[in-house]
Amino acid sequence: MDFSTIYILWKRQLIKYFRSRSRIVGSLGQPILFLVAFGFGFGGVYQRAGGGSYMEFLAPGIILMSVLFTAVFSGIDLIWDRQFGFLKETMVAPVPRLSIMLGKTLGGATVAVIQGLIVFLLTFLFGFHIASAPLLLVAFFAVVLVAILFTSLGVAIASTLEDMQGFQLIMNFLVMPTVFLSGAFFPLQGLPTLMEYVVKIDPLTYGVDAVRGALIGISSFGMALDFAILIGLSVAMLAIGSYLFEKVQI
Amino acid sequence: MATDHILTVTNLTKRFGTFTAVDSVSFAVKRGEIFAFLGPNGAGKSTTIKMVTTLLSPTSGAIILNGHEAAHHKDAVRKSLGIVFQDPSLDDDLTAQENLELHAALYHTPVKERAARIENLMTFVELWDRRNSLVKTFSGGMKRRLEIARGLLHHPHILFLDEPTIGLDPQTRNHLWSYIKKVNRDEGMTVFLTTHYMEEAERVADRIAVIDHGKIIAEGTAGSLKKQTKQTNLEDAFLALTGHAIRDEEATGLDHMRARHQMWRRH
Ligand SMILES: Nc1ncnc2c1ncn2[C@@H]1O[C@H](COP(=O)(O)OP(=O)(O)OP(=O)(O)O)[C@@H](O)[C@H]1O
Ligand SMILES: [Mg+2]
Repeated sequence: MDFSTIYILWKRQLIKYFRSRSRIVGSLGQPILFLVAFGFGFGGVYQRAGGGSYMEFLAPGIILMSVLFTAVFSGIDLIWDRQFGFLKETMVAPVPRLSIMLGKTLGGATVAVIQGLIVFLLTFLFGFHIASAPLLLVAFFAVVLVAILFTSLGVAIASTLEDMQGFQLIMNFLVMPTVFLSGAFFPLQGLPTLMEYVVKIDPLTYGVDAVRGALIGISSFGMALDFAILIGLSVAMLAIGSYLFEKVQI
Repeated sequence: MATDHILTVTNLTKRFGTFTAVDSVSFAVKRGEIFAFLGPNGAGKSTTIKMVTTLLSPTSGAIILNGHEAAHHKDAVRKSLGIVFQDPSLDDDLTAQENLELHAALYHTPVKERAARIENLMTFVELWDRRNSLVKTFSGGMKRRLEIARGLLHHPHILFLDEPTIGLDPQTRNHLWSYIKKVNRDEGMTVFLTTHYMEEAERVADRIAVIDHGKIIAEGTAGSLKKQTKQTNLEDAFLALTGHAIRDEEATGLDHMRARHQMWRRH
């Protein structure tokens, strides 16, 4: 393990993130739109159905949606590193590939967590309150795991792709379904059976459930199970990402 | 033989599918010499360099660089070499200085020396004033100079330069070669270069190998190659060796890269 490599590549991701202010602002458009359209649009129906405040319910979902998008894209970014040649510079250096992969992944995950924090602060403007401040830390930990899980997924995908041709495919058949078929927008009770299975194999479901459990005290699976699944999946995805990255040819 | 040769390549072969890009190539580079690898487009120069620098695994053959077998001691080989790739390899979204700092970290350059080395090299390539500019605002020549500075930053024993002067104006080319020769002379750094400028090869290289269709077809000093082909200049000697036919090559990496850059600019 080469910590100076991990650190410098982590730092590179952060520098690039903070340098692209217009992209940060741009990426906040989507969560704001969702908070307005869904939060206010469905709020009334949800409340009349006895669900309580929809905004409270929705906010964790929106936060995790932003974390997931940022994470996957930070990982997939690797394709640009390859196409614009920078990857060669790291590959020819006397450092283990695993360290390159970890630097990239941890950098991307950190960026995704920061993005999540910004959206978290935004949700307060829309009337979100948290039930328990100490549990914030637990929510934070869940967000970190989701960020690592999906950044390594991005790296894994990028390692197997030559260019951005498959991007639309990944967007429509992986990223969007993961967001929309998780419990981010709707409660998990009373779903049709098939749908319930789909929701249960969606890793994001457990991230949303853990954060909801921590922030507003509602968890369908119990936080212990959520965290067990998130930790297991993050470690597995890191391993898969590293394995695939190891095989990348220049 | 082992000690006075920094690089020994034996029967090196690379096949892509059924196509043989490098075909049982053998050569040796002496410690401290400037060695030029000449050949038409698609001859296999870059592929050879990629294998020698551990980026591509050979189909067969052996490479010993600075006493280390490339197949088994990748890190030792990587530490010994510096490289300027034919295609760009900078991070355009970082500043010039950040690119060099990143390189210094990857090569574990002593922290105390980093700042001074970076300043020296950037001053040499006349980019010190632009150290805080993003690389994407640089001209092609400036990027090239920065890559060369970067390749030298960790004091490699052998520096690979794959068409380093492509797109550079004559002033910069001269300046660059005089510096490379100076480092070669003063620090004994070996240089392995490819170029399509024959007069450049003739001027800087101690020894030249000509490769065509993946095979080395001639080797020697510029003088001996001219003598062998009974020509008065290296360009004619090169043409005599490799023929006049234009290589009907698929676009090379650099062309792909240019096309992509343009495509993405347009979007
Ligand atoms: N990854 C690859 N897959 C398939 N073919 C390849 C690959 N890389 C190189 N080749 C082929 O191998 C041959 C040698 O390519 P190489 O890049 O080594 O040529 P070169 O001598 O560097 O040429 P140039 O002067 O144009 O840079 C070419 O025919 C090229 O198309
Ligand atoms: Mg080439």
